[in-house]
Amino acid sequence: MDKVISNKRVIALYVVPSLLLLLGIVYIPIILTGYYGLNKWDGISPMIFIGLDNYQALIKDSAFWQSAYHSLLLAVFSGLSLIGYLGIALVLSGKIKAANLLRKIYLIPMLLSSVAIAQLWIKIYHPSNGVLNAFLSSLGVSDPPSWLADPKIVLFSLFVPIVWQYAGFYILIYYAGLKNIPESLMEAARIDGASSWQIATRIKLPLVTEIIKVTIVLSIVGSLKYFDLIYVMTDGGPNGASEVMASYMYHKAFRSFDFGYGSAIGFFLLLICLIATFLIRKATASKDTVQFH
Amino acid sequence: MKTEAMPAYPLGTSGAVQQTLRRTGTLLMYLVLMLVAVLQILPLVWLILFSLKNNQEVLGEPPFSIPLHPHWDNYVNVWTSGNIGVYFLNSVWITACALALTVLLASFVTYAVTRMKWRGRSFVLGLFMVGLMIPVHSTLIPLFSTFQKLHLIDNPLSLILSYTAFNLPTTIMVLLGFYYALPKEVEEAAIMDGCSVNRMFLRIILPMTSSVLATTGIINMIYNWNEFIFVNTFISSDVYKTLTVGVQNFIGQYTTDWGAIGATLMISILPILLAFLLLSDRIVEGISAGSVKG
Repeated sequence: MDKVISNKRVIALYVVPSLLLLLGIVYIPIILTGYYGLNKWDGISPMIFIGLDNYQALIKDSAFWQSAYHSLLLAVFSGLSLIGYLGIALVLSGKIKAANLLRKIYLIPMLLSSVAIAQLWIKIYHPSNGVLNAFLSSLGVSDPPSWLADPKIVLFSLFVPIVWQYAGFYILIYYAGLKNIPESLMEAARIDGASSWQIATRIKLPLVTEIIKVTIVLSIVGSLKYFDLIYVMTDGGPNGASEVMASYMYHKAFRSFDFGYGSAIGFFLLLICLIATFLIRKATASKDTVQFH
Repeated sequence: MKTEAMPAYPLGTSGAVQQTLRRTGTLLMYLVLMLVAVLQILPLVWLILFSLKNNQEVLGEPPFSIPLHPHWDNYVNVWTSGNIGVYFLNSVWITACALALTVLLASFVTYAVTRMKWRGRSFVLGLFMVGLMIPVHSTLIPLFSTFQKLHLIDNPLSLILSYTAFNLPTTIMVLLGFYYALPKEVEEAAIMDGCSVNRMFLRIILPMTSSVLATTGIINMIYNWNEFIFVNTFISSDVYKTLTVGVQNFIGQYTTDWGAIGATLMISILPILLAFLLLSDRIVEGISAGSVKG
């Protein structure tokens, strides 16, 4: 038995192709990104090694820090919206008829391509024919803001469809975790006279702490590297008002053909994501987590 | 409701008040849940409606008016006049190839990691799991320049390889739970009978995992179908573009024809909506298993 299941040739055959793909397409490129960042390079002519110049320039680049600030705002916004998703999931996990159908309906936007969602929301925000302004004018609002063209509000106009896109995903995850809690625990609490609120905050929430931690990492790191809807809907505009780190990197590399600088941003983005993951894990780590299996 | 039948509540003089309160609370909860559902669905309903209207109807009538004479010709026009048909077929075959490759490779890896004995298997598994955390954008520039050197820019192979590599970690994650739960007796018996590992994997294990393969398959289909940034960066010819980038370019040219835009968007999301209607349970299962366990 052991001889058969530790056959080196078979193992190599099963693992090596995938491993090569993972190394070649995920791991080696992130090392290369760090290295390209040390060079002046337009993607075509030979690289010129310039040491840390790109990284020094990046630290002084106010446009980059503005984009980082926007990414951070999105992270805070997404992090806070988790509270709402958790609330909805708590309600949904109670004795709600059609809960299964509802959570599936919530999930639909997340299954659609970002391009389709972005194009649809461009139409929703359309100044004269968009459904949003049509709705507002029926309420008597005569001069609605220009949602995607006003630098003061564009960022928040973008956050709405991003929340719309991901809400169902987080509700689904919370719901799955809450439904895993055995009904007997809640029955026991009810017999002891606990109210629904007490059951939710004292029993249900502590038992999904692990899941909450995972979703905090997912939503914050996901926001820091967010790109899709913003790139399609405003392309970082107007005038950089909705630029985020990933779109700034993309513009530097594939519009200005500054591959060296773009790589430096890409590497920085990677570091920020890894550090954020580490910090959130550390901040939410506790020795006496209640867990149910 | 069940709770009312339970004697646990102190039903004194305030019992009736409490019951009313509870009923109002329940009603309120349903209202909130319904409102969220409506908000999630309404933009898509609007999209379906304006994809069946002409510009006159879009501009002149209320947004949620039902088109009395639905303009199905919007769909026919965008399908025949532009390259949408080409993009659609590209999306289909590129999605299918990457999906098949990912699910097959991930099955091999998961089998080797969970069922075979070798040093370094937890390290290899760890490499795949850490891969989940790498932002796609940090790999974009090196991938572009490497594919350029290999003459794979403007070649669908660059997409299939990238999709596969980036989807392997999630796919393995979903498979892991299933493989750990598979009984070992079948394999032991097969090996006693002199069955080789390859034969056992392909003839016994793989068929046993068909349900989880379907789950990972549908999740991969959704990811691949919707992928945008790699196509946008690696592919420049119309003959190789997939729907996401194709739709983006196409709509850029027709900014004023609402019906055409609506029909294009609908065509691009129809396969996903169809998959959702048929396989929503598997989608739900795959998404929750692929994001939290680990």
